[in-house]
Amino acid sequence: MTGGNALAAAFGVLQRDLLLASRRKSDAAAPLLFFVIVASLFPLGLGPEPELLRRIGPGVLWVGALLATMLSVARLFASDYEDGTLEQMALSPEPLAALVYGKLAAHWLVTGLPLIVVAPLLGLQYGLPADTIALLAASLALGTPVLTLVGAIGAALTLGVRGGGMLTALLVLPLYVPALVFGAGAVDSGVAGTGAEAHLSLLGACLVLAAFFAPWAITAALRIALE
Amino acid sequence: MNWGSAAEFFAMGGYAPYVWGSYAVVALCVIVEPFAVRARRRRALRELQRANVAARGRA
Amino acid sequence: MLNWFRFSSPQAFYPLAGRMQPWFAAAAALFGAAGLYVGFFVAPTDFQQGESYRIIFVHVPASWMSMFIYLVMAGWAGLGLAFNTRLSGMMASALAPTGALFAFLSLWTGALWGKPTWGTYWVWDARLTSELILFFLYLGFMALQAAIDDPRRADKAGAVLALVGVVNIPIIYFSVQWWNTLHQGASVSLTRSPTMAATMFAGMILMVFAFWMYSIAVSLARLRAIILERERMSGWTGELA
Repeated sequence: MTGGNALAAAFGVLQRDLLLASRRKSDAAAPLLFFVIVASLFPLGLGPEPELLRRIGPGVLWVGALLATMLSVARLFASDYEDGTLEQMALSPEPLAALVYGKLAAHWLVTGLPLIVVAPLLGLQYGLPADTIALLAASLALGTPVLTLVGAIGAALTLGVRGGGMLTALLVLPLYVPALVFGAGAVDSGVAGTGAEAHLSLLGACLVLAAFFAPWAITAALRIALE
Repeated sequence: MNWGSAAEFFAMGGYAPYVWGSYAVVALCVIVEPFAVRARRRRALRELQRANVAARGRA
Repeated sequence: MLNWFRFSSPQAFYPLAGRMQPWFAAAAALFGAAGLYVGFFVAPTDFQQGESYRIIFVHVPASWMSMFIYLVMAGWAGLGLAFNTRLSGMMASALAPTGALFAFLSLWTGALWGKPTWGTYWVWDARLTSELILFFLYLGFMALQAAIDDPRRADKAGAVLALVGVVNIPIIYFSVQWWNTLHQGASVSLTRSPTMAATMFAGMILMVFAFWMYSIAVSLARLRAIILERERMSGWTGELA
């Protein structure tokens, strides 16, 4: 049974990607900086009126996190594809899905987790109260893995295709909408007092569905690109 | 019959812009689309002719 | 006994599609004429909405077709992915533009109906938003296939994308049940009788068939063009030019 080997292989890929990210810290930090900058643009563009910022804060921060994740996941497989590592992964006896899980986990740790940690600080900039900030962090904790999983589908489909970044965005953004609606909606309904449980459970359902089915789509797309 | 006169028909009870705005765009689309497909077909046939000529030229 | 599988070759299906297509076009015209006649001259004025409700005779058919075509497109794309049949992938590509068109018409006619009825052209509720997403899914499918030069890879990549997006269709359909939306609930069901007047229902169903026959006719024509484009290297197309 390859079960144990598959897990070990996934961890191997995870460690490798973390090591690579640590060697290019500026690349790894870019999505986070993007997130922070985008969050600053809205008060600058719309005016710093506190009431307005409190209302738009959760949504703006969610969209910022979404865009930051999307931009960074678009190139998830690109460097491995270019230097032939991806081909080796596809040919290895370990299931490609396991290796893909490793890469996705690494991406979330490097990109998603920092977003979750920094979002509360930006929430303070928007004058959000503490319980709203907690809800925001919770919804991002559930949502950023979904964004990584679904974004990787777009990344795999557009491997080596011209018009890459914009095309990936066009493919991935419609698929991101449920996570955004439920994630930001959780925070908004928490603020409005109608309770965030419904939205958070739906977001959790998205996560479970994505965790099961996205790797299928990703490995299928990778094999198509490698043919 | 619903309409007392042609004028009534076109007025659509005051909703003319909405009703005819919808139907006009639908009509436009179902007329333009087949023409677009026909143009695509003609382009493909032209390409085939070009490829044929080139192949016969080489043969 | 006819071996239907022989039509899975583009060369065999090309003339068959050419023979089928005029029949579907004629059926579309007949259903359309009948539906429009019933819709404008037989169906009475609506008590609440006045004459503006007559948009239903294009709005509902466009919406239903936009969802149905996506399912058919994803089905053919999936078949092509599973069985590696060229023609299935071509059929999916042939359906996409027509599906996108109907998604656009659904949004357009819906907006023009919404203005007099709800007071607004657009609202970000579950049904309208998911129909908008469907429109973007169609565009994404077409953009992905256009960006990939190798047609076989384009077919397969498009198939994966189309299958991933299939989950959106039940969301659109059931959105009016699952959420409190501004869009009205379902009046038509497979199990109960419709909650609208019989003549209105008849007109609407006739137009649904009209749009369906039209979709098949246009898609078959587009499929023939795609076959010509893609089968350039095989000998039989030389006869046609």
